[in-house]
Amino acid sequence: MTLDQIAAAIRAAHDAARQVPLGGSQTPLRIRGAGSKDFYGGMLAGDVLDVGVYKGIVAYEPTELYITARCGTPLAEIEAVLAEKGQMLAFEPPHFSGATVGGCVAAGLSGPRRQQAGAVRDFVLGVKLIDGTGQMLDFGGQVMKNVAGYDVSRLLAGSMGTLGVLAEVTLKVLPRPVAERTLVFAVDEGEAIRRLNEWGGQPLPVSASFWHEGKLWLRLSGAGAAVEAASRKLGGLVAVDPEKHWISVREQTHPAFAGAILWRLAVPTTAASPGLDGLRAIEWGGGQRWYAGEQEAVRGAAARGGGHAVLYRAPESLRCREGAFAPLSPALLALHRRLKKSFDPEAILNPGRLYAEF
Amino acid sequence: MTTPEPAFATDRAVLVARLKTILPAHCLLVDEEDLRPYECDGLTAYRELPLAVCLPESEGQVIDVLRTCHLLGVPVVARGAGTGLSGGAMPHAQGVVLSLARLNKILRVDRSARIAVVQPGVRNLAVSEAAAPHGLYYAPDPSSQIACTLGGNVAENSGGVHCLKYGLTVHNVLHIRVVSIEGEVFEIGSEAPDVPGYDLLALLIGSEGMLGVVTEVTVKLVPKPELAQVVMASFDDVARAGDAVAAIIAAGIIPAGLEMMDKPATAAVEPYVKAGYDLDAAAILLCESDGTPEEVAEEIARVTGVLTAAGAREIRVSQSEAERLRFWAGRKAAFPAVGRITPDYYCMDGTIPRKRLAEMLSAIADMEKKYDLRCANVFHAGDGNLHPLIMYDAAKSGEWTNAEAFGAEILELSVTLGGSITGEHGVGIEKINQMCVQYKTPELEAFRRIKAAFDESGLLNPGKAVPSLHRCAEYGRMHVHHGDVKFPELERF
Repeated sequence: MTLDQIAAAIRAAHDAARQVPLGGSQTPLRIRGAGSKDFYGGMLAGDVLDVGVYKGIVAYEPTELYITARCGTPLAEIEAVLAEKGQMLAFEPPHFSGATVGGCVAAGLSGPRRQQAGAVRDFVLGVKLIDGTGQMLDFGGQVMKNVAGYDVSRLLAGSMGTLGVLAEVTLKVLPRPVAERTLVFAVDEGEAIRRLNEWGGQPLPVSASFWHEGKLWLRLSGAGAAVEAASRKLGGLVAVDPEKHWISVREQTHPAFAGAILWRLAVPTTAASPGLDGLRAIEWGGGQRWYAGEQEAVRGAAARGGGHAVLYRAPESLRCREGAFAPLSPALLALHRRLKKSFDPEAILNPGRLYAEF
Repeated sequence: MTTPEPAFATDRAVLVARLKTILPAHCLLVDEEDLRPYECDGLTAYRELPLAVCLPESEGQVIDVLRTCHLLGVPVVARGAGTGLSGGAMPHAQGVVLSLARLNKILRVDRSARIAVVQPGVRNLAVSEAAAPHGLYYAPDPSSQIACTLGGNVAENSGGVHCLKYGLTVHNVLHIRVVSIEGEVFEIGSEAPDVPGYDLLALLIGSEGMLGVVTEVTVKLVPKPELAQVVMASFDDVARAGDAVAAIIAAGIIPAGLEMMDKPATAAVEPYVKAGYDLDAAAILLCESDGTPEEVAEEIARVTGVLTAAGAREIRVSQSEAERLRFWAGRKAAFPAVGRITPDYYCMDGTIPRKRLAEMLSAIADMEKKYDLRCANVFHAGDGNLHPLIMYDAAKSGEWTNAEAFGAEILELSVTLGGSITGEHGVGIEKINQMCVQYKTPELEAFRRIKAAFDESGLLNPGKAVPSLHRCAEYGRMHVHHGDVKFPELERF
């Protein structure tokens, strides 16, 4: 499928939707890359628009620190090309069996290194977007600094395809750290959170953290001497085969993430334990916490802690009932609807994938 | 001169009478002599007198002012310290200036969570000063940091010399409170890593006061590095210096700062600050490394090796904090130093891919001849952000017109080379025409729809940042003759 064909398909759906009489039902489009995150977000609906076939790296400039790729390009391919030049996607996105770069940005999921490097949105430099009318738009570019016009590229990170097809994305890349070492500590939940925040306030090269059932893994990344010095200062045991461990965390193949129902809480790193059962893991220096099982009070508990809860993995019935994402205030919901309308006036792109209301 | 559009029919007497009912006398300026200091921001070439200046002391008063202006259909231009360099805070002739300068309290510094919650009128440097006792600081450091405010930083997505490693404002702000033109308060962002729904924080940061008025900002604080050292290297030609920058990045090094100055810039700076620059060099590079002492030693050794291999003719490493600050003093004083050797200067802000640097500098050299004006170049080399300082004399007939055309040509070349018209200063009123060069009609229409989603009335900072299609059509017509402007004596729209 070419770019023009994707645009034509959207235009056709848009035009068809305009013909539907008021109150009639229209067939929306469901944008799909590799389908690796079909489990995530709101319900899937509509005819599949397969953009996974629009793939390939368009430009990679190691000394300019960016890579531009078509939406269907597998993350694995991008990461392999970057690795040849000693570089990486620093937000360490999950692959979940074949993830594409378009889906990666649209879903906005970051991995373990988010704690140190930042989230997907922090690395989005530019996007070629096809909006809900089939129009092609170029936002941002390939330079690190660009404040001309509203920062639409970053807005699209995590928009779940509701504002358009991210046909091509440009991401900032970074050098891989010279040295890495993972330390392991035996601590309980409270102590883990206390230590992570204490370390966070010190100039230590902590690049990832993961707590599960009384054990805290801490990854140090940076110059060889810095990792060595920090490791001496912090103590703990040196982990064996750390790479495998962090991949299992990133891909959620680690036993901590097992089970049919998984909640993700994003909270301030210092938030006290929300008093829920089923804590499975803590990441991102305390900012991301995982809970298993049906949770009656989870959204309220997350909000009281200053954050929000995502129903990350769950059977369809539960996702339908609870919604994947925490509800928005009426004022924010109205604003979201106006933005949605400005990009996708006929609401044909991934309706309900973010919120049932649009 | 470029005048904002559209026009509004404000009844000044009604406006002032209404504002007097919601603001105490000391929070409202209406006499011309009091309004005069607000007629421009850091871009002094563009001026306009507002009808009134409001200086609220609480969020409640901000809301009241916005509601009143919304009701009366009066434009509102928000303003922090007025240090912006693109005329973003230039008043509207039929509008009010909403100064946030008196909302200047640091509300909270949380050492454990590593955040600071501040009002929009708090100065950038004041945040780092308040965080210093905890061993923390706020990373973005625009050169105006002793004066510029956090509210203004949010509006412009300000950068600084350390943003290659530590990011821009958008990477360092966690949460803002924003008041819409209707007076409704929105909480955008969070102290948690993310929020449900769209990333509105990214959209609002850098929106130049067009979408809402910020009344509170929560920023991320980072641990102060134990040590920083800077390497100063001189080069016989600018292309080689540019290649050296690429070589540093290619070696897998992201320095804390990576700056370049050309010969006219060092010549202007040296007598002023005595930084010890190599005045015979065509260009000098400043490359800063920070972190633990071990980390810095390792990185400095690698940087020195790369620079030597890249053909640096002289390399010096700061041996003390005093020397490090002296090396930087020259770079930080570049603008005022140029200001000493010319009656006026015009600072540009294009970004380009680093590899196109030599091309850009040689084009600028040609433009110096074409417009008969000198230009000194300072460059955030690490992230491709070039600040040519065009020297002119406003008192001499035609020089400003030439400087403006010179600047426009640099910006348009930045776009041609694959960059942007503005890296950190914003579009404001200054680069409104060049937006027509960087973006096509569909993007500009998308920007206008986004604006309408937040501010349907179009009262927040009208005429800035996003040009009307009509303006672009006009500019496009003239653009055909660009470089050979037919009627230089005429105002440009």
